[in-house]
Amino acid sequence: MIAVHGPVLVVILPLFGALVAALVRRPLLAWAVSLIAAIGSFVVAVALLVQVRAEGVVSYRIGGWAPEIGIEYRVDAVNGLILVLVTAIAVLTLVYARRSVLSEIIPERIAWFYAMLMLCLTGLLGMAVTGDAFNVFVFLEISSLSTYVLIALGRDRRALVAAYQYLIVGTIGATFYVIGVGLLYLATGTLNLGLIVERLPEIASPRALIAAEAFIVVGIALKLALFPLHAWLPNAYAYAPSSATVFLASTATKVAVYLLARYIFGVFGVHLGIGSVAIASVLIVLSLAAMFIASAAAVFQNDIKRLLAFSSVAQVGYITLGLALANQSGITGAFLHIVNHALMKGAAFMAVGAIIYRSGTCKLDELSGIGRTMPVTAAALTIAGLGLIGVPGTSGFISKYYLVLGAFEAGFWWVALLIVASSVIAVLYVGRMMEVIWFREPNQRCRGLGEAPAEMLAPMVVLAGMTIWFGLDAELPASLAGAAAHVLLGARP
Amino acid sequence: MNLITGLMADATNIATIFLMVAGLYVVIARGNMVKKLVGLSLFQSSVYLLYLLPGKILGGSAPILDPKLTVYANPLPHVLILTAIVVGIGTLALGLTLVVRIKEAYGTFEEDEIIARDGAKAGEQGDVA
Repeated sequence: MIAVHGPVLVVILPLFGALVAALVRRPLLAWAVSLIAAIGSFVVAVALLVQVRAEGVVSYRIGGWAPEIGIEYRVDAVNGLILVLVTAIAVLTLVYARRSVLSEIIPERIAWFYAMLMLCLTGLLGMAVTGDAFNVFVFLEISSLSTYVLIALGRDRRALVAAYQYLIVGTIGATFYVIGVGLLYLATGTLNLGLIVERLPEIASPRALIAAEAFIVVGIALKLALFPLHAWLPNAYAYAPSSATVFLASTATKVAVYLLARYIFGVFGVHLGIGSVAIASVLIVLSLAAMFIASAAAVFQNDIKRLLAFSSVAQVGYITLGLALANQSGITGAFLHIVNHALMKGAAFMAVGAIIYRSGTCKLDELSGIGRTMPVTAAALTIAGLGLIGVPGTSGFISKYYLVLGAFEAGFWWVALLIVASSVIAVLYVGRMMEVIWFREPNQRCRGLGEAPAEMLAPMVVLAGMTIWFGLDAELPASLAGAAAHVLLGARP
Repeated sequence: MNLITGLMADATNIATIFLMVAGLYVVIARGNMVKKLVGLSLFQSSVYLLYLLPGKILGGSAPILDPKLTVYANPLPHVLILTAIVVGIGTLALGLTLVVRIKEAYGTFEEDEIIARDGAKAGEQGDVA
């Protein structure tokens, strides 16, 4: 069954999980249902990736309709990787979430939390798996609307304002995207991405296509928090419940990045080549700005969640930089960093969530010496932090190595220098955290605390362990990311 | 006839773009959270027009297989926009729900007042970017 219906199963399982979780209403039962659905989805995603590596492309026609009429789901080396990443993070988040959610959300709302998390997962997987431009918009809105609810479930009243602000920005982004798709549809008469690619060369005037590309890229850039369109992100991550932050930080922006890559290489790159010229130079400038300015902003944060959120904006900058370099090493680096950053930020936000679970705060100045009372949690945060800097031996080093290689290949030696220079700022904000949690005497608040419960530690340790593992032996992620880059570049003439 | 259809096409395009820009302006310029949502709704509505208007053919009928009918309008944009309208309603409903909750929590839904009420706490966090 997986071999035939895999592409649609991967989306439908969490969708039904959301429905059942909302219906059962009992916290523990809703959690169990979500976990089962997520595990099922993960198994299907892995099976799909294995199939894709053997066969190349898996195409699925919804309802048996041909692509010109119906909707096609299409899995290749690019989104196969994204599917596995997103579902794996979802499973780990759910294992982690049970204790964390119990302490942060009132009991009547817990089932709704899991329903929203599953809907968000559905939307993200749908965005990745579909080969239909309008279908992407529908899934984008499914994931966005559930994300707004997830953020609004945070304890602080500022979570409401953060959710509202994200709703405004996110809707503008999605509407920009749909305007772009409308222009593409007017020009080509189809919504299937593969057919759009085939028909683009027949279009006489590129003006409509340039307008379409501009709308689509700006719309997606809002969702992936490309600097300077990132203003919604720090508050959203800071005030959302801890487990929601873990999931969103590791997956949501990553799927948006995938979509950007799909459009600039897979759709527009073929015909116009503007995927490699105008968009590339804009992306390089904005990515570099994100790497420096957002990292600098992170240095001055006192709230660890906000600090890591600003760091996320900076790290997304590295990913988009890799895409903008538009060569094999650069895109490999970008996809490696999508995976690695998801692992590192997942571990880091899990550690922060565990600290909140025990101490009730994530203000840096109240957490001095917490490393002595919560050594495993603090160690996971440290490993993730070292990964964010790009210290050799962590996976962050591998992705930055490929990015530097890509910069040299593209002839931008100064970009390579700036990648290294921006890592120094990461040393500052990670160093500040490390100094407080390890080298200061424990204060009154931190002295009597115990280590976080085992089921919160386990997924954290898994993610931190993978950060190290992929840093020492990068063969598996590098070959997957390399295959993704190959597919994206292969679409260009 | 050509002149009339040409003028109509221009007028509808201008209406679309006016709604688009006006909606976006309201979202950016207004501090009142409900008014922002109204602007957002206008902005989304312009997209409905963007999809629907080029699909309209004067004298064209619904796509029904019948020897008497020869001119059809494309039905796909209508279906797409039906979906987009549902999404728009969902977004507006969720946005208004959030505004109700914000009003309960803060006693106001003016953005600058909310920032002022959180200001004492938010100020120390130093938003550089």
